[in-house]
Amino acid sequence: MTHGAGSELQCVLQLRGVRKSFGATQIIRGVSLDILRGERHAIIGPNGAGKSTLFNLICGRIAPTQGCILLDGKAIAARPAFEINRRGISRSFQVTNIFPRLSVYENIRCSVLWSLGYRYCFWRGVSRLRDAAEKTERTLEAIGMTSRRDAPAGVLTYAEQRALEIGITIAGDPQVILLDEPTAGMSRAEANHAVDLIREVSQGRTLVMVEHDMGVVFDLADRISVLVYGEIIATDLPSRIRRNEAVQTAYLGSAIHA
Amino acid sequence: MLEIITFSLLNGVVYGLLLFMVSSGLTLIFSMMGVLNFAHASMFMLGAYFSYQISRWIGFWPALVIAPLLVGAIGAAAERFGLRHVHRQGHVAEILFTFGLAYLIVEFVVMVWGRNPIENQVPATIDFPLFTLFGTRYPFYKGLMTAIALAMFAFLYLAFRRTRLGLVIRAALTHPQMVSALGHDVPRIFVLVFAIGSALAGLAGVIGGFALLTEPSMAQALGPIVFVVVVVGGLGSISGAFIASMLIGIVQTFAVALDYSLLDLLRLVRVAVPPDSPFYEISAIKIAQAAPLIPYLLLVAMLIVRPRGLLGTRET
Amino acid sequence: MTRGDDIGVPSRAPEVVLRQWTTSYRVWLGAASVLLVLPFFPGLGSDFSRSLLSQMGIAAVFALSYSLLLGQTGLLSFGHAVYFGLGAYAGIHLMRAINAGLPVPMPLVPIAGAAAGLAFGMLFGSLTTRRAGVVFALISLGVGELVLAAMRMVQGFSGGEEGITADRGAGPHVFGLTFASQLEIYYVIAFWAVLSAALMVAFLRTPVGRMCNAVRDNAERAEFIGYDPVRVRFIAFSVAAMFAGLAGGLHALNYEIVAADAVGPARSGAVLLMAYIGGVANFLGAILGAVVITWLQVSLSDYTTAWQLYLGLFFMAVVLFAPNGLAGLLLMHVRLFRTGAWIAVLKAYAIAAVPAGALVAGAVALLEINYRRATQPEAGPQLKLFGVTMDTSTPWPWLAASGLVIFGLVALRRSWPLVTAAWRHAGDETRRRGEARS
Repeated sequence: MTHGAGSELQCVLQLRGVRKSFGATQIIRGVSLDILRGERHAIIGPNGAGKSTLFNLICGRIAPTQGCILLDGKAIAARPAFEINRRGISRSFQVTNIFPRLSVYENIRCSVLWSLGYRYCFWRGVSRLRDAAEKTERTLEAIGMTSRRDAPAGVLTYAEQRALEIGITIAGDPQVILLDEPTAGMSRAEANHAVDLIREVSQGRTLVMVEHDMGVVFDLADRISVLVYGEIIATDLPSRIRRNEAVQTAYLGSAIHA
Repeated sequence: MLEIITFSLLNGVVYGLLLFMVSSGLTLIFSMMGVLNFAHASMFMLGAYFSYQISRWIGFWPALVIAPLLVGAIGAAAERFGLRHVHRQGHVAEILFTFGLAYLIVEFVVMVWGRNPIENQVPATIDFPLFTLFGTRYPFYKGLMTAIALAMFAFLYLAFRRTRLGLVIRAALTHPQMVSALGHDVPRIFVLVFAIGSALAGLAGVIGGFALLTEPSMAQALGPIVFVVVVVGGLGSISGAFIASMLIGIVQTFAVALDYSLLDLLRLVRVAVPPDSPFYEISAIKIAQAAPLIPYLLLVAMLIVRPRGLLGTRET
Repeated sequence: MTRGDDIGVPSRAPEVVLRQWTTSYRVWLGAASVLLVLPFFPGLGSDFSRSLLSQMGIAAVFALSYSLLLGQTGLLSFGHAVYFGLGAYAGIHLMRAINAGLPVPMPLVPIAGAAAGLAFGMLFGSLTTRRAGVVFALISLGVGELVLAAMRMVQGFSGGEEGITADRGAGPHVFGLTFASQLEIYYVIAFWAVLSAALMVAFLRTPVGRMCNAVRDNAERAEFIGYDPVRVRFIAFSVAAMFAGLAGGLHALNYEIVAADAVGPARSGAVLLMAYIGGVANFLGAILGAVVITWLQVSLSDYTTAWQLYLGLFFMAVVLFAPNGLAGLLLMHVRLFRTGAWIAVLKAYAIAAVPAGALVAGAVALLEINYRRATQPEAGPQLKLFGVTMDTSTPWPWLAASGLVIFGLVALRRSWPLVTAAWRHAGDETRRRGEARS
């Protein structure tokens, strides 16, 4: 993988001069980033750097104050979140965001419906949709939740809910997956399991992830970007990021930042 | 003509202030607790009934103080013993609780005072003219209402913005655990807010009860309009509620004075509608007859044009 | 060890259970056959009871449509009667047209109601479903008041407070039936009720129906799987309005008169009460609520003028203590029964029943005495309650009732922990047996 901006065809997601202010506070101060097709890209940085805000900007939860975001060369900034999702970006949430009263199976099945083209169909029973059933089964197997298919999602354990969270994110076969701190709150064993899962489901897809666990980051990432105070101070291969002085300053010098 | 305009304006302002008095407590409770209090207009009604009863036993001026306190106490009890258990079930359950509470308050009123309207006359101590305009006497109690309404506005505005308690309450709304960890008793704050909001409605009932017919269905008559005020003004905004109340009060009062219909308008441009056509009935409706529709038409218009209301700050 | 072993919490998600019950032909066949023979049950043969059954049927369709809106899509509406009433008006006007010679059989009148409900549902829904939660509830209230005021103004269409009438017997005969009798109308209502329930269940099983549940649970997440929550809500709203309109059409057929109260806030409040008391979580709750509340409304009013107060107290009790409604309580006890640890719970109930009964009796007595005094002073001080005649001008009834209430409250506080302990024990039992098995 080369570093530096790739050609238009190699970039699946591009951010150009993206700024976001909340009132007088600037959270994102001009971020330009190129995500290459098929790569696993990690975004790291101290707390409060704006990582979640960046995700929210990309997937449409909020709109940038300035700048543009391109998916496959087409502008998606400030579009409604459901439109952006339909174009192929799917994200997971740091705080588990599932459908608590639906069964595990139903959580996944709802996530595949749009990608299979069913839209607002009200004339076909969902049990008869063969392709939806197959896709749901495959996703359930991938996240290892087949045995819990009928349980209401609200009674799952934390780790199971995190797995379901990832399942919902990938079920629709998105081309770009955004994972927001997927291993947060997990034990070592659970995190390792999650890493294997993430590696498997991101095959052939583009993965962008925010993570604090450096073990996970260096295990998975092809390239790492470091976000500090709303600006990207470095984008490079993991081995070079380790030796990058600016990154070291940011982390060692920023231990006291909230 | 000038007389009609002046009196319509005066009455419109008074009606608007009455609407504001009732909706201010609702805005307070909503901004600070996120609860949409369906029983708010019922607290207004209780204020009117309590004031009537206390006036008969003691006098009007004591009633002006005691009735709101009683209503506030009832509000505090409702929050402490009922609503508190429902908070964790979410906003829908909270609204339903207040909905049931409103229902029960009406039944309680019927049980004590009966179903018929009661003789809630303006007491002699405040029944004198404030000034005389165009040969008609303008009653003092309307001036009293104006003074109380403006005082309410000032009190709430300052309480929101300037006091420490207001700050704490606003913080407790979005970060209750943090506020609690800092040593503030969040449940007690909620009781206080609900009590003050209800007391404000009760106070509005004491003085406003003279303007309306005091009967068990008065809450149901006023309630929806108050909600329209709150939505049009924007949820969570005292100033918005003030503007919306004045707007609805003045427009509706003027409308009642207008005895014209679409038919009259068409006649001006020499278009006649035959009496047996289906449009005749609709075009014959006078603006005065359609006055009750005005708040709701305003609601629908506001929703289309500007869904968060005039000065809305909160979404849900 | 998962939380699903707690008896209060189901181990399978509701829609799994719903699917299991409603896709079984036996359930539908059973329900249809029960409805078929119901009017001939001993004790239900009179016109009065058949009329009651008809009312329950209409209320059931109305409550089901409300449950679709609130329980399945999470939209709390205080103005659902608008679509019921407008459907009723459409129905009565169609009936009048049939009376004047239009060759449409009377049993098809509810279709006009459904069409009107759908049309107005889409009209108002396009405006009001942009927001959810509290704002939606307020807007629905405003629209309800708007339509009520409008109905009062257009007397020609609505007949104002007096209403519009028609004759359901004066239409084309179908297989020799005139539909004038209560029995015939009951069957028409039963047919439409079963059909409506089936269609609503089927709707829930479609892709957009599943998304209604998803939007209810987490509207934001629904966006991130590609769905516009506003559009989903709009569709749910329109469908619910359609079935409310259908119920309205049935109402027109049954009563042969429709007045402005059909769109009013009282009716909106009534359906809310029915659906919530029955339990909004599933459709069984809506039907249960409709049946129970209709029965209470009709029968309680024979015994006391304070029946609305009792209904209100019942509602409050459900909101505070049983948010899953009667259906939720029922299902909880069915699960309890399956575990076999129910005897202890039953014993605890028996002990707690004494103070509970005393509390209820005392409270009812106090309420009745006061209500009588305030609303019917001309009836005099003698009051007959629970078979006991008392003179309310003396202090004894007051003291006795207050005593019962105080005793009931104190004793109930002492004995309720027994009930909660018994339930917890039953839960532990289930878990223990579950672990022993595995």
